[in-house]
Amino acid sequence: MKKRLHHFFGGLQLQGHKSISMAEPVLTATLPDEIVLPLRQHIGKAAEPIVQTGDHVLKGQAIAKATDYVSAPIHATTSGEITAIEARPIPHPSGLSDTCIVIKPDGKDEWTTLQPVDDYRQLDPSALRNIIRDAGIVGLGGAGFPSFIKLNPGPNRQVETLILNGAECEPYISCDAILMQEQPRRIIEGLLIMRHALKAEQCIIALEDNNKVALTLLKNSLLEHESDFIQIVQIPTIYPTGGEKQLIKVLTGKEIPQHKLPIDSGIVCHNVATAIAILDIFESGKPLVERIVTLTGKTMSAPRNYKVAIGTPFSHMLNLAQWNKSLTGPVIMGGPMMGFEVKSPDVPVIKTTNCILALPEKKTSPAMPCIRCGQCATVCPAQLLPQQLYWQARAKDFDRVQDYNLFDCIECGCCAFVCPSKIPLVQYYRFAKTEIWALERDKQKSDIARERHEFREFRLERKKKEDEQRKLRKKAMLKKTQSKEDSDTSAKQAAIDAAIERVKAKRESQASVAKNTSNLTESQQEAIAAVELRRQHLLEKSTSDTTPAKESNK
Amino acid sequence: MITAILTLTLLAVIFGLILGFAAIRFKVEGDPIVEKINAILPQTQCGQCTYPGCRPYAEAIANGEAPINQCPPGGEQVIHSLADLLGVEVLELNEAHGEHGGKTVVEIDEQVCIGCTLCIQACPVDAILGAAKQMHTVIRDECTGCDLCIPPCPVDCIHIIPLEDDIGTWRWSLPMDNVIIRDKAS
Repeated sequence: MKKRLHHFFGGLQLQGHKSISMAEPVLTATLPDEIVLPLRQHIGKAAEPIVQTGDHVLKGQAIAKATDYVSAPIHATTSGEITAIEARPIPHPSGLSDTCIVIKPDGKDEWTTLQPVDDYRQLDPSALRNIIRDAGIVGLGGAGFPSFIKLNPGPNRQVETLILNGAECEPYISCDAILMQEQPRRIIEGLLIMRHALKAEQCIIALEDNNKVALTLLKNSLLEHESDFIQIVQIPTIYPTGGEKQLIKVLTGKEIPQHKLPIDSGIVCHNVATAIAILDIFESGKPLVERIVTLTGKTMSAPRNYKVAIGTPFSHMLNLAQWNKSLTGPVIMGGPMMGFEVKSPDVPVIKTTNCILALPEKKTSPAMPCIRCGQCATVCPAQLLPQQLYWQARAKDFDRVQDYNLFDCIECGCCAFVCPSKIPLVQYYRFAKTEIWALERDKQKSDIARERHEFREFRLERKKKEDEQRKLRKKAMLKKTQSKEDSDTSAKQAAIDAAIERVKAKRESQASVAKNTSNLTESQQEAIAAVELRRQHLLEKSTSDTTPAKESNK
Repeated sequence: MITAILTLTLLAVIFGLILGFAAIRFKVEGDPIVEKINAILPQTQCGQCTYPGCRPYAEAIANGEAPINQCPPGGEQVIHSLADLLGVEVLELNEAHGEHGGKTVVEIDEQVCIGCTLCIQACPVDAILGAAKQMHTVIRDECTGCDLCIPPCPVDCIHIIPLEDDIGTWRWSLPMDNVIIRDKAS
């Protein structure tokens, strides 16, 4: 049965250059002296380390955990010692550093205890997704979106078509093509696991018509499976047919509306390498620790595809491919159209590194003014107006540039490729996109600042009011107590007076003659008289004593 | 004649009632243009525009008391947006109020801080945490870089730190095509 194909708008027919790296089979690369694993290798939040410097880890052991729904854990890609958790340069167009976990391999490459799944058919889709999530599997085609999310159709959504994307449209890159040639059966097995998670009605494996070998091999292995819901479809080699939206258009004729996902149209698209990674975790329990990377370009004497432990520095790989440094222009991660230059050859291979490309230095002619020829608009697969985008981006008119649907641009580079003035159009779009994101971040921050400032004003106002009220209350209280005191004092005075009266009366009543002076015996009277006399005598003596003392004091 | 007068009077009364009702029913609280201007301003609350905060400046602009080029933290971008909103001409940033520089935050040298709370009182967005005779610290994410906390500090323990780009905030640069200009000149 031959499937009727559609066409997407625009696109380019480019020279493939794929045979350079496909002459030899995939070779497992040697281990480097140091493995560097960035915490951010995927779309979404960076992972969080769960190991410490000095820990010994085994291959396949989780060393960083996912921190959010859209995030992925990271596993040690060989056994060894964690020597550092620090900022290292990562493959990113900025050339900036980000936190990485550095492992010094012990050379044993010893696996941790693996837990393969006997029969995935017994598991329900959500358990399946959890296993894929814990294995840190992300889309290996280049974007690096966590795969388990794309294996979740969501409630009440039926997946009609599951597409396995083997259309590797960019020149030079051949890692998926060689994978389809070498492991066709495993790709189909991986596809069946994905289908089980999604309950997809039909599956399509799409590959370009320049890879006849893979087509035959895939068709042969499909015969063994007798699954009539899987189709293998050959599509014309037009760049960028491997783009998700373009591929869906070619295979189904459906266009994914703006701000919608393929799943909204009942379609899910995964990369062939992702299918192999998923099969690995179910078949042998191995998480995502290695991937196939194409090393290619005319500056390498031994270009080929390598199976690489994630975290291997580019420089190590370039040495394996016998890279001639003196010939080289920039080292590019990805392809010549959408890839970006890495600023240092020490950056590591990450989960999304599909190709390391080192082309000879080419003299580039400077950009000339736009002549409004309109060629860019005829090749744009997103059917945008690249000229208008260019003018608005250059004028930094970020509202207008969004009116021209800047965010529908897939940065495929077709417009810049055909531009006769050699204007670096894509860079203008990237500039505008990042500027708009930055403005949005600023806006969010200023909204928070406004809220906080307004709350502070409100708080100060409230405090002022409260203080005033407190003052008033205090004043009122003071007055009250004073008036009370006034009435109190008279009562007190009266009480005091009464008490004094009482004491006086008592004293008066007690002022009567001492009772023990009457009826004294003779001897008693004599004793009293003697005492009196002595007292008299003492008194006289003391007055005569004190007087001169007083005088002398003066 | 009388019919005409009566009709017109009746109409006037009806419309008057409708308008009166509308004035109450659809009353707009405050000046909406102030809100819009305030939404554009960067909310650093730094006072470099000579007004005590972003909202007072927004009010001044709305009343036509202040030109739109007095906001150094906002820079060119804010001036453009304000000019767009208000339909006035784009002006150069008035350098008398300060220069538009990179984003900064402040940090308190915690070894030196004596816990006087003066900076806490100065911070317009409550981004400094601390108590009397306790060490203070700046909540970095909330700091707007207004630098208002620096002058009151008696021990000069607050330092300005420029915010550097990380992977998440890095931006592509505008491609340089000055080559063309040079071609033209020659």
